[in-house]
Amino acid sequence: MDHQILVLAPVGLPVLAAAGYAVFGWRRATAWLGAAAAAGLLAAAIALAVVTTREGRAFTALGGLLRADALSAFMLIVIGAVALAAMVASPSYLAAELAARHTGPRATRRYGVFTQGFVAAMALAVLAASLGVLWVAVEATTILTAFLVGHRRTREATEAAWKYVVICSVGIALALLGLVLAHYAALHAEVPEAGALDWAILSMYAADLDPGVMRIAVALLVLGFGTKAGLAPMHAWLPDAHSQAPAPVSALMSGVLLSVAFYAILRVKVIADVALGAGFTRTLLVVVALASIAVAAALLLAQRDYKRLLAYSSIEHMGIVALGAAIGTRLAMAAVLLHVLGHGLGKSALFLSSGYIHQGVGSSRVAAVRGLARRAPLVAGAFALGLLALLGMPPFSLFASEVGIVRAGFSAGLGWAVVVALALMLVIVAAILGRAGRMLLGPPAPDGGEAAVRFPVTAAVPIIAGLAACAVLGVAAGPLATLLETAAELTGAGR
Amino acid sequence: MSESTYVQLLDLACGAFLLAGVLVLWRRDLTAIVRLFAAQGAALAAIVIVLGVWQGSAELVVVGVALGGLRAGLLPYLILRALPERGGPGDGEGRETQPLVNVATSLVAAAVLALIAYAVSQPLIRLAPSPAAQAVPVALTVLLVGFFVLVTRRRALSQVVGFLLIDNAITATAFLTTNGVPLVVELGVSLDVLLAVLVLRVLTTRMRAAFGGTDLDELRELRD
Repeated sequence: MDHQILVLAPVGLPVLAAAGYAVFGWRRATAWLGAAAAAGLLAAAIALAVVTTREGRAFTALGGLLRADALSAFMLIVIGAVALAAMVASPSYLAAELAARHTGPRATRRYGVFTQGFVAAMALAVLAASLGVLWVAVEATTILTAFLVGHRRTREATEAAWKYVVICSVGIALALLGLVLAHYAALHAEVPEAGALDWAILSMYAADLDPGVMRIAVALLVLGFGTKAGLAPMHAWLPDAHSQAPAPVSALMSGVLLSVAFYAILRVKVIADVALGAGFTRTLLVVVALASIAVAAALLLAQRDYKRLLAYSSIEHMGIVALGAAIGTRLAMAAVLLHVLGHGLGKSALFLSSGYIHQGVGSSRVAAVRGLARRAPLVAGAFALGLLALLGMPPFSLFASEVGIVRAGFSAGLGWAVVVALALMLVIVAAILGRAGRMLLGPPAPDGGEAAVRFPVTAAVPIIAGLAACAVLGVAAGPLATLLETAAELTGAGR
Repeated sequence: MSESTYVQLLDLACGAFLLAGVLVLWRRDLTAIVRLFAAQGAALAAIVIVLGVWQGSAELVVVGVALGGLRAGLLPYLILRALPERGGPGDGEGRETQPLVNVATSLVAAAVLALIAYAVSQPLIRLAPSPAAQAVPVALTVLLVGFFVLVTRRRALSQVVGFLLIDNAITATAFLTTNGVPLVVELGVSLDVLLAVLVLRVLTTRMRAAFGGTDLDELRELRD
């Protein structure tokens, strides 16, 4: 019975917080409600991780509508950690926006409701037992974040929100068609009607699913959920949306939303590998992975906007994650999951600190920021460390996970793809380091020198904690190692 | 209902569904486009109701009626409300002035898309060649037409209609292959679509305020 509460809490707590914001608005007393809900989510996620790895089974709630296994618990930890960082940083971020008259009380109330709804939808996505409910939750995240992306109501923000909703809704519609076809194949394979979209039941019957229908279905599902995961060729919405959203929302979108969409692909892959053999999804994922990394490298080379730079780096990292999933051995899958967590922590720290740089400088152009290390050493330090983490430097965990993916790639016979990816990543390292050097080092610009970059304590704590956690994970995974192994096994690896 | 009447009624409804989809390419007046979309919603509801009557399933008939209410009633109403008044200040907004591809070429493209849809749906028909499953290419043609509208039309509201055509097509596929996805999912999908249309409506209003129109070619503030 108490396990039921653990499964319900990750969705229920943010919903309650959203209701709180809807009733009371964003005030001094309610500002920390979101952080409290995120902390509760993280605690429930850790408890779920403990019980699922100890008992080695899944727990259900709401009559089988929700199901949590080790993989769901791991994803919940990622959601909880990034949401906590974003929500702790939100009050001071919004206070600065209010002071600069970029936003008003109605907009902050909406911010509270929508961010909490967004977190709840992501938690529902990773807990849903049915792929159909998972789809509904992922589409709900698009709707809930649309107004967050467009919150400044400028031309740029409106344009970004429009592209975001249209591209993501259409992309995810492809995934719905994939689900419809999978459902059709399932009913003809004698899968009981009640569980015909349940990922656990579908993977049990996977060998009987008609390969002709499943081939179309899986391709549509990978392409559709790939849109939301920021994978090429449907990535065009991502840099616009991530650069226009408020910094804490960018952190959530980049840090977890992309991985939540990728989680859907992982669940589909388990079914597809049995129904069609491992080769089909592997080819599909290698193609989108290399295309994503290549797109990111090409557009980073001429990038002049530091928020878009971070967004393209997210496309690169989702490409690396997709490459790891294509390799699909146990080592690769564990590395993929570690990469998702490391990227979530590092990228959210970066987006949060970039928000303060933006508020201080008033522009997101790289050229507008000069000599940040001298003007605001703490922000500059956090930004620099975050970039080093994302570029895969030790001791950060992204180094460990990238090494894991590379090693697994060579031993699984995908060495050529790994070599191509590494070459592209070198280009990305050069592009990002060049821009970071100009932003952080050198003398401050003569005219913009007096604009102070504020960095309140409540913002510094989650950023530094996130980077520290990322570094610690790179040195020793500790108790997380068991969870990673159990979760990696659930993705069909090592079968 | 005898088997031949069932097949005839089903084919009639599917034909109307396809025709409404293709005619969207032909008209340039946005009001007419939305009316065609409403007609297509009614055809979709008819498909579901025919299937329900044939299988003697009251549940399916009810779902069909509800779908009709949403797709032939509520959604078209919401889009029409977002159009500027006729003869008002923004009257020029009500027409698709310059689609990237002209009408004649668009209709030829629709024929090509239909051929592609037939080729792609062969494996789907092979699994269970019932009269309903044999109509799946019709739904997939509308899906591709929806994509075509989305890529080639320049008004914000035409893009919304393109998105909704895609959605109609997916729902039709669901009912023609199986009796639709499970009810919880169908409810969630319908709610998501409704909310997406509401969000896009608000964004259209904002776009008009920020850009002075809803021409999507104006959207070029953000690029690399």
